[in-house]
Amino acid sequence: MTTDVIDDQSEHDSHDGEHHDHKMTGLKRWLYTTNHKDIGSMYLWFSFIMFLTGGVMALVIRAELFQPGLQIVEPDFFNQMTTVHGLIMVFGAIMPAFTGLANWMIPMMVGAPDMALPRLNNWSFWILPFAFAILLSSFFMESGAPNFGWTFYAPLSTTYSNGSTAFFVFAVHIMGISSIMGAINIVVTIMNMRAPGMTYMKMPLFVWTFFITAYLLIAVMPVLAGTVTMVLTDTYFGTSFFDAAGGGDPVMFQHIFWFFGHPEVYIMILPAFGIVSTTIPAFSRKPLFGYTSMVYATASIAFLSFIVWAHHMFTTGMPLFGELFFMYCTMLIAVPTGVKVFNWAATMWRGSLSFETPMLFSIAFVILFTIGGFSGLMLAMTPVDFQYHDTYFVVAHFHYVLVTGSLFSIFAGAYYWLPKWTGYMYNDTLSKWHFWCSLISVNLLFFPMHFLGLAGMPRRIPDYALQFADFNKWVSIGGFAFGISQLIFLVLVIKCIKGGEKAPMKPWDGAEGLEWTVPSPAPYHTFTTPPKID
Amino acid sequence: MTTKEYESYYVPAQSKWPIIGAIALFLIAVGAANYVANLNNPENAGGGWVLLAGIALIIYMIFGWFNNVITESMSGKYSHQMDNSFRQGMSWFIFSEVMFFAAFFGALLYARTFSVPWLDGAGNNAATAAILWPDFTATWPLIKTPGGTETTAMGWYGLPLINTILLLTSSITAHFAHVSLEQNKRGLLKFWLGLTVVLGVVFLFCQGLEYAHGYADEMKLYLDSGIYGNTFYLLTGFHGMHVTLGTIMLLVMLIRVFKGHFTPKNHFAFEAASWYWHFVDVVWVILFVFVYII
Repeated sequence: MTTDVIDDQSEHDSHDGEHHDHKMTGLKRWLYTTNHKDIGSMYLWFSFIMFLTGGVMALVIRAELFQPGLQIVEPDFFNQMTTVHGLIMVFGAIMPAFTGLANWMIPMMVGAPDMALPRLNNWSFWILPFAFAILLSSFFMESGAPNFGWTFYAPLSTTYSNGSTAFFVFAVHIMGISSIMGAINIVVTIMNMRAPGMTYMKMPLFVWTFFITAYLLIAVMPVLAGTVTMVLTDTYFGTSFFDAAGGGDPVMFQHIFWFFGHPEVYIMILPAFGIVSTTIPAFSRKPLFGYTSMVYATASIAFLSFIVWAHHMFTTGMPLFGELFFMYCTMLIAVPTGVKVFNWAATMWRGSLSFETPMLFSIAFVILFTIGGFSGLMLAMTPVDFQYHDTYFVVAHFHYVLVTGSLFSIFAGAYYWLPKWTGYMYNDTLSKWHFWCSLISVNLLFFPMHFLGLAGMPRRIPDYALQFADFNKWVSIGGFAFGISQLIFLVLVIKCIKGGEKAPMKPWDGAEGLEWTVPSPAPYHTFTTPPKID
Repeated sequence: MTTKEYESYYVPAQSKWPIIGAIALFLIAVGAANYVANLNNPENAGGGWVLLAGIALIIYMIFGWFNNVITESMSGKYSHQMDNSFRQGMSWFIFSEVMFFAAFFGALLYARTFSVPWLDGAGNNAATAAILWPDFTATWPLIKTPGGTETTAMGWYGLPLINTILLLTSSITAHFAHVSLEQNKRGLLKFWLGLTVVLGVVFLFCQGLEYAHGYADEMKLYLDSGIYGNTFYLLTGFHGMHVTLGTIMLLVMLIRVFKGHFTPKNHFAFEAASWYWHFVDVVWVILFVFVYII
């Protein structure tokens, strides 16, 4: 069945003497590789390891919050846990997982031989483990790890920070360099490497969302670099960017940080939109409803993300005009997001649906992400935000969009493309167990947080008032259950790499796209010569 | 389009340079962090050496990596499409640099428009001024901070004006060098490019002189002299670092020109360096207006 493609492939390879089809073996293959599939796999593994690392920290937090009072950790260590948990999940788990998917899939989806700048691609990946080694090493320093929250608000990160701030700053610098180089590679690959005939509006929506995300990354990661640089000079060189005594302003930190931070949260959700816009049509056996509107909605969300940052700062005493401007702009985002949710529902409408694991995760994504979107809309309203600000309601909101949103979409993508990556079908029963355990536990974990927050439980505090005890107990149980459920995924992936039922070229009958025109597992080099697109 | 145009996109074989670069960045980060964290702790100052080792390693990497790229390019392995990849990559890199400067310009404008006037009671902040720093008067440049640090503002005439003229001129000479290269006038190319490098070096020298004036006792304009000194030194300092990098890039291009590299049609490295130079020039013009003049 697949011999045609294989022959085609080897023929091109022999034509073109420059292509080194032999892979090196052992460690050198991974250290020196320029292959987008190798690099994609490394990104995905790295992100999963970081996901488990950050997850253990979350479990420390949940263990401490299982009961009121201080039982397990010191408050300072609790703060280090919340800080590094956030940093790892944002920069170490979600973002590299998306970059890994981009690396694996974009060249195949646009019919390119590889990423546009393959050596740079390797560099983008390999600096990441070093960055996190620096960040994690601060746990072993006398001062301990950063303890000021992943948002590192000044003056917590400047005047009152412990001795490891410099290590935090330089680790973030490297993460930023990695993201920028990775994003440049994605943009250039998409702009320059598409197969002849693949116009922009013929690209898969997956590619579109990564394209727009990459622009956001190039625009805002340098601003993050500027922010941490100011934190560094305020802490160690006596500047007063965030110190009123020198003419600066701690609130200015929040403005600059969130100018990065708000596009950053869309960096973590737009690719998720791309993934479910791939999986839902495949298992509905219908083309994506409203492709063009999806593209424009994605672009609108990206544009709006630059003018809503201060909705994170409603309680800082901004002028009324600022509060209103940022409230209205934020609520405006609900429009393009609503378009998307409508399109996913309309894609499923009267489709011949089947519920393979990627589809289950995608449907869960649509529903649970929408819950996160609605709580976001509630938070967008300035007057009521004064009630929700810095409570567990916020924690519930962003975990719904990041865990049941971004993470679930990553699982959907992984289950969708695993056969293409490994060449084997995964264990279906195990994947269903993973889905249902995750679905139930994640809601037990995050849903009660809404009520805790509305009732006034503050975030980032290791102790709480007695009336919150019952809900917190259940939340912690949900947390541990969710954590353990992820080990099912680990086992499943390892089993799938080792073997199993051979995967056909296109295991999902409704799947569309160039990646399904090559054998499974995808050959080491695909599309040495571009395919023709009608 | 025919497939011919597409068939030879060069995907390099495995390369050791990225991992060397990753180790170099690791050394730079660890060294710099360690050095900065122990500024007041001289017996623990090993970080500086690690930092230097990292810088040495990254220079080694750049030479090795670019050597590969140049060899591949000269042996004709690169297609038109590859050239586009480099162009687009460089453009987006420069855009990311623009956004890096935007963060510091943002801080400057925020301080001037909001935080300094607010500290003097602007908007609804009368109580802030009355309770915290009743003696404070908002001025820009902020020559006396609310905390009482006094300093002097750097005027725009004199060295900064000379520097502006130097850098604007160098952008023009860089353009002339580019035109000469396209017309294959190698002698003129060497002259204009050499002149650009010299102008860059003179700019850096003047910038150093200006800093020396700032740090002298008459001016007392230090990095930690409040938000004016902060933004002044960080903006001009990061700009100066970019000028240094740009000058080195142009110098390397000059050396390559003397070695006979580049043709009127194929000279992307030269163009990238000159784009970078124009970018540095534009940043300076904005900086000259917002930091020095108004």
